[in-house]
Amino acid sequence: MAYTEEELKKELETKEYEYGFYTDIESDTLPIGLNEDIVRAISKRKHEPEWMTQWRLEAFAAWKQMEEPEWANVHYKKPDFQAISYYSAPKKKDKYESLDEVDPELLETFNKLGISIDEQKKLAGVAVDIVMDSVSVATTFRDTLAEKGIIFCSISEAIKDYPELVKKYIGSVIPIKDNFYAALNSAVFSDGSFCYIPKGVRCPMELSTYFRINQAGTGQFERTLVIADEGSYVSYLEGCTAPSRDENQLHAACVELIALDDAEIKYSTVQNWFPGDKEGKGGVFNFVTKRGICHTNAKISWTQVETGSAVTWKYPSCILKGDNSIGEFYSIAVTNNYQQADTGTKMVHIGKNTRSTIISKGISAGKSQNSYRGLVQVNPKAKNARNFSQCDSLLMGNDCGAHTFPYIEARNNSAQIEHEATTSKIGEDQIFYCNQRGIDTEKAIALIVNGFSKEVLNKLPMEFAVEAQKLLEISLEGSVG
Amino acid sequence: MELKEKMLSSFMVLEQELDLSSPVHDIRSESLKTFEEKGFPTNKLEAWKYTSIAKLLKNDYSLFPKKETTIELKDVKKYFLYEIDSYKVVFIDGIYSPFLSDTTHDGIDVCLLSAALSKPKYKKIIDKFFNQVADKEENLTALNTSFAKEGAYIYIPKSVVAEKPIQIIHFSTGEQGDFMLQPRSLVVAEENAQVQIIERHQSLAEHAVWTNAVTEIFADKNAIVDYYKIQNDRHDASLVDNTYIAQQSSSNVKVHTFSFGGKLTRNNLNFYQKGEHIDSTMKGITIIEDQQHVDHYTLVNHEQPNCESHQDYKGIYSDKAVGVFNGKIYVDQIAQKTNAFQQNNNILLDDKATINTKPQLEIFADDVKCSHGCTIGQLDEDALFYLRTRGIPKKEAKGLLTYAFANNVLESVAIPALKTRINKLIAMKLGVETGYDL
Repeated sequence: MAYTEEELKKELETKEYEYGFYTDIESDTLPIGLNEDIVRAISKRKHEPEWMTQWRLEAFAAWKQMEEPEWANVHYKKPDFQAISYYSAPKKKDKYESLDEVDPELLETFNKLGISIDEQKKLAGVAVDIVMDSVSVATTFRDTLAEKGIIFCSISEAIKDYPELVKKYIGSVIPIKDNFYAALNSAVFSDGSFCYIPKGVRCPMELSTYFRINQAGTGQFERTLVIADEGSYVSYLEGCTAPSRDENQLHAACVELIALDDAEIKYSTVQNWFPGDKEGKGGVFNFVTKRGICHTNAKISWTQVETGSAVTWKYPSCILKGDNSIGEFYSIAVTNNYQQADTGTKMVHIGKNTRSTIISKGISAGKSQNSYRGLVQVNPKAKNARNFSQCDSLLMGNDCGAHTFPYIEARNNSAQIEHEATTSKIGEDQIFYCNQRGIDTEKAIALIVNGFSKEVLNKLPMEFAVEAQKLLEISLEGSVG
Repeated sequence: MELKEKMLSSFMVLEQELDLSSPVHDIRSESLKTFEEKGFPTNKLEAWKYTSIAKLLKNDYSLFPKKETTIELKDVKKYFLYEIDSYKVVFIDGIYSPFLSDTTHDGIDVCLLSAALSKPKYKKIIDKFFNQVADKEENLTALNTSFAKEGAYIYIPKSVVAEKPIQIIHFSTGEQGDFMLQPRSLVVAEENAQVQIIERHQSLAEHAVWTNAVTEIFADKNAIVDYYKIQNDRHDASLVDNTYIAQQSSSNVKVHTFSFGGKLTRNNLNFYQKGEHIDSTMKGITIIEDQQHVDHYTLVNHEQPNCESHQDYKGIYSDKAVGVFNGKIYVDQIAQKTNAFQQNNNILLDDKATINTKPQLEIFADDVKCSHGCTIGQLDEDALFYLRTRGIPKKEAKGLLTYAFANNVLESVAIPALKTRINKLIAMKLGVETGYDL
């Protein structure tokens, strides 16, 4: 008997039912695929209030209408969005019983970075049965933060405990219809961080997801919301220099920063996800939307060190809405082997006397492609807006590419905009000079690359900077021909 | 009827007067297919993001002149560079004007493309060069190719130096009502040849005119081509100027574009370097006001090692003028030792003026020196103050400074009379009394 469409439909319907989205049976992972029910299920699983569920559904409806962007200078096989499971519980079973089972290559990298044994275990997913130092550290930190009135928790907790804050600000900087990946993230985000600094408070320490032990597994669709109330200051660290062997292929995170009047947010990222092997197989697709809004006299500073991921698509941006606000973007993007990065920033000048600085350093080696793509937009009312951009690219080897696509739009005659870009290779005389003084070529390259990226490395918080420097060396290992 | 449909049906009218058996006709039909498929470019195309031709499409253009118009030399003399002796190829509403022209076949060929396309003695050259470097996929270039019929044909044989400059001028009289022109020119400079060319499009009366021009330039080994484009048209005249240049080893091609007027001007300037030790230079000065729109879209394709390219574009925008600069430098993997420089400086004189700029580098070779710089700003307050302390009124001081800002592009203009002319034009545009003969 012929199999009719009607029957197929019926079967699919019953099939879905079989999985039982509405039953209360705890399962770690939702079935693969994405539809309205999945979105509802995620929301339900996280015990979210109705408005959040509606918000997710709205995002999902928008996402369905959107097409995956193709304008970026990256080429990859598009992920099948129906072949992904959109929710897996954060409590994963430990992968290994002891460090001996872990990939020795990974351990070697840990050692090079100078990561302690306990941390190594945690990062590699080894069962840790003794109480780790950092746990107690984290607890101490929490107390200090609470004293100051700083809220630092997971976004799911925030949705439950501080709904009015979340409701007011989520999606206010990155609207759910902003772009394909942002819409997807809004519909299905699993978790992320939430941070609120009250009026006039200067956060006494660098906030980092790293210290939030219970949130170790960040998941594929991370959502971060940082709100700095009037006159406050916060420095936020995201990511970790240690390589993470994440099995998720697709990452689509959203980060929203809100700097109210006179506030300052410093957001530093080190990204070192699995870039794929030497043949370019595997690796993480990193499609991130990051944006901050600056109110009067506020300042947002993005610093990023991008060394991982097979494909990076990331443009941390600043909307300089308030008068006298400041946006900064410092970036180092390193690509090796078959990695592709299309990254940069957007500086949208709306308020008067707004200033922005862009320093971007791209280093490409192996067979990789590294692009800077940025927009500087000065609107008619942004009197005396000022921008300085500098994009330098360093090419190592003859099979890689470095590209710059800066867009500059000035609609105001008092704007002052400067943009400069250079592309060059490491000078042979520089290497020769180092060799002469007994520094081998590999070390020499590391030295020169560090010098090249110094302007950006200087912007990183201390501990991060030291590790990032080592990370650059490791990323470029073996790229010298 | 929409303009696109009109174009497509007009092609059949055009076919009646053409030799359908020639290979050129195949190129035309092929291009029409491309245009039919692609249509007019819209803002959705990255290349047309900042320039919309939508407003040009609303006019009901005539595509073929209804009648032949003559104009008196005295009326249009000022549009010629009359101070020096030159060859001239002049068209009135797209029709060749023998009266105003001065062509030659003595040693070099300066004549009409229509003649070159139809006469057997040019066949070899047409087969070798016609539509060889022009982008076959670009919307408006394809449109021009399908209607390619008339324009200038310049051929400089091996080791010949054209003794005087060549002026190509297209007049639009307004006698035909709203009018669309699609001139097509071909310039071939063989080995060691040298030539200087000045091109101008001029509308003479109030009417909407849209010129969609394509020029192909081939410079063989060691050839030197100097090309000057003067764009100082009426406020209702629009121009899309597509120029494609193929260079062989050690050749040197310079293109200067002076955009001082017109409703909408779009310059697509494309260099393809096919040999080593090539030098490509493109420079431009844009000074516009009111609601004028000028877009410079340049591409330098470094395909071979040891080549250089230099770009220097200056823009001065007042009132509600819009300036666009989109410069792309592409360096192929084998193009080692490339030196590519790009500079784009802009001054916005008024609140409502806009500048959109997008300098791009796409680099696949490691041993290269490439840079681009772009600035948007105002006049230096200190310099302005300095001049005023010396008793120069603010307006003049501003004029002098903007004049100085634009002026250095002129240094590489090799025809002294043209340099003087442009200098005067700039001074006039900026309201500067230079007080001395430039």
